[in-house]
Amino acid sequence: MKLALKDLLRLATIGSVDDGKSTLIGRLLVDTRQLFDDQFDAVVAASEKRGVGDLDLSFVTDGLRAEREQGITIDVAYRYASTPTRKFIIADCPGHVQYTRNMATGASTADLALVVLDVAHGLKEQTRRHLCIAALLGVHNLIVAVNKLDEANWSQAAFQGVVDELETIARELGFASMTAIPISALLGDNVVDASSNTPWYEGPTVIEALEQSDAGTWTRTGHGARLPIQWVLRQPGGGRTYAGMVNGDSFRPGDVVTLLPANITTAITAIHSGLKGRAEAGAGLSVDVKLADETDAGRGDMLASAPLPTVTNEFIATICWFGDKALVAGQRLRLKHTTKVTPVRVNAIEGVVDIATLKVNPSEQLTTNEIGLATLRTADPLVVDDYGQNRVTGSFVLIDEVTNATVAAGMIGRATFL
Amino acid sequence: MTTTPLRLPRTADHLDLLESHAIFILREVVAECERPVLLFSGGKDSAVLLHLAAKAFAPQLLPFPIMHIDTGQNFPEVLKYRDAVAKDIGARLIVAKVQDSIDKGKVADPGPMGSRNRLQTVTLLDAITDNGFDAAFGGARRDEDKARAKERILSFRDAFGQWDPRQQRPELWQLYQGKVNPGEHLRAFPLSDWTELDIWQYIERENMTLPEIYFAHEREVLLRDNMWLAVGPFVQPREGEIVERRVVRFRTVGDANCTGAVDSSADTLAAIIDEIAIANVSERGATRADDRFSETAMEDRKREGYF
Repeated sequence: MKLALKDLLRLATIGSVDDGKSTLIGRLLVDTRQLFDDQFDAVVAASEKRGVGDLDLSFVTDGLRAEREQGITIDVAYRYASTPTRKFIIADCPGHVQYTRNMATGASTADLALVVLDVAHGLKEQTRRHLCIAALLGVHNLIVAVNKLDEANWSQAAFQGVVDELETIARELGFASMTAIPISALLGDNVVDASSNTPWYEGPTVIEALEQSDAGTWTRTGHGARLPIQWVLRQPGGGRTYAGMVNGDSFRPGDVVTLLPANITTAITAIHSGLKGRAEAGAGLSVDVKLADETDAGRGDMLASAPLPTVTNEFIATICWFGDKALVAGQRLRLKHTTKVTPVRVNAIEGVVDIATLKVNPSEQLTTNEIGLATLRTADPLVVDDYGQNRVTGSFVLIDEVTNATVAAGMIGRATFL
Repeated sequence: MTTTPLRLPRTADHLDLLESHAIFILREVVAECERPVLLFSGGKDSAVLLHLAAKAFAPQLLPFPIMHIDTGQNFPEVLKYRDAVAKDIGARLIVAKVQDSIDKGKVADPGPMGSRNRLQTVTLLDAITDNGFDAAFGGARRDEDKARAKERILSFRDAFGQWDPRQQRPELWQLYQGKVNPGEHLRAFPLSDWTELDIWQYIERENMTLPEIYFAHEREVLLRDNMWLAVGPFVQPREGEIVERRVVRFRTVGDANCTGAVDSSADTLAAIIDEIAIANVSERGATRADDRFSETAMEDRKREGYF
């Protein structure tokens, strides 16, 4: 048997506590046979030990001792599912408000968000907050699993009510697509197998929707190719090649490129992966490239094709603040953007986002788990794109200079809906 | 509110993307940390990791040494493979021995047949301190265990080598930041997103060699704790245990006295891939006695500083 090669889709789960997120992931793994018998047995044993009666599928992903004791998801669990054409990397994100930073972690690499809602409760505050974080972090596509239809007599009206609510917020937040599916995660209806309880529903099951999604392609269309230089490789005979991971559009040998921030125009003469040559290098590939001209390019510099990114050391950014102490103007931190690390100072806090209204309210500070706008000034110039056009060259993290902890996620520019 | 389908021509498959991601992580950690090391056991995952590391820095040599935490209870085929691969790649091999930790009185001697699995943590943490390493690459995958599924790709360890699952650094985008203060270190897991099947497909695609015990062969085994253990210097029949000759292979490679063999006739990479694709039991469940103690065995060991 020759196994087909697959593409890769990264997704994050969103949902409030007790809406059945972990149960849905557990159900997806069980019904696509990604969960081995011994792991399944362990879930059965854990369910019994905690006195939760029947099989509690959330124990598939809630693996930490504290999570099982408290019955909540604390941290992102990564799970892997696979169909004949696609490998899925699933970031199962926590629902509680104090773990917002972990939600952001899961959403930052996701192409798609799988939203789980309880049909009886509709859109809860926490889910709305997470949708907002997902939108800010550039997740453009939603699959909405409206759960617990079994407890609502499989009512189409109840389902439609929740869908209408979701469509309103999805439009406000600028999501590009939304597929809503009536499910029971507990019983498996419309998760992998189509349900006979929802004759009024003709759309895809959750796994079909995941297989058909074209999420993840938005950063590869027309905003230029980028190669942040990670490492310089010395070649036998004296030449050098520049190694890094491509993002945005593709590079080909012969392409005219600009080395930034030095602003030197040159051309790519060859592209390698390992020691093998390539005719093209697209987003997500680690390569090393040879340039037509001698340069002193090094780590932290960037090769780019037109339209070129901006070189700047002062910019406005959307900040998700995770630090214990509030972020205020004048504060000094370290910033990591692509392969570049530089000191940074907060010029001003421009405001804090009210998740309920999506209004930016004036504020002097950002407290833990708040999202706001700030202007920053870096010691060294950065080579940036707006986050709305490129997730790699538009993102950065802020680092505490003393503890080295990551204290913020930052996105260059201002989301359209803010 | 639907978009026009926009499927771009596919120039890379999932193995290309997993490979590229791993190479990216290897290069980031080397660039950000002062003294990295790659933990190499001779098993399939660390073999893939070493192969990727060689690729990431080719045509130059590896910019870090490789280190084996040697329990002294290895399969001889694996030691032979370890030495051959290190030589072939031109890597500097450090061997840190659990026996030395026992001789120094740092850990109690479990006896010739006792498991040294948990003792490795002491030897590993001492070797990291003694060599001044601030980052250690490991071949762990998130699909192996539920505690691993929660761990970051760059996983921070405090001055005692401990992992605190409630205080993990947020890890956004691919902005891996590896700065630590003196005495602290990182574990870096470039294969986090790979599954067992991905590993085998990649080994086949790259024409890699592996220790021969991964392929079906006939050997003397006995049944203990529902696992076939290979009879040898570290496993001798106890009363009532019967030694049989069976055709088996190993799905994972750990210590000879706690790694079980599985009945298998898969003697080629293609046959192994077919077998894994339809397996009902996870690799650790099938073959690792060390994970069977409790439902959080891996979390508990990781908190102490285990791999």
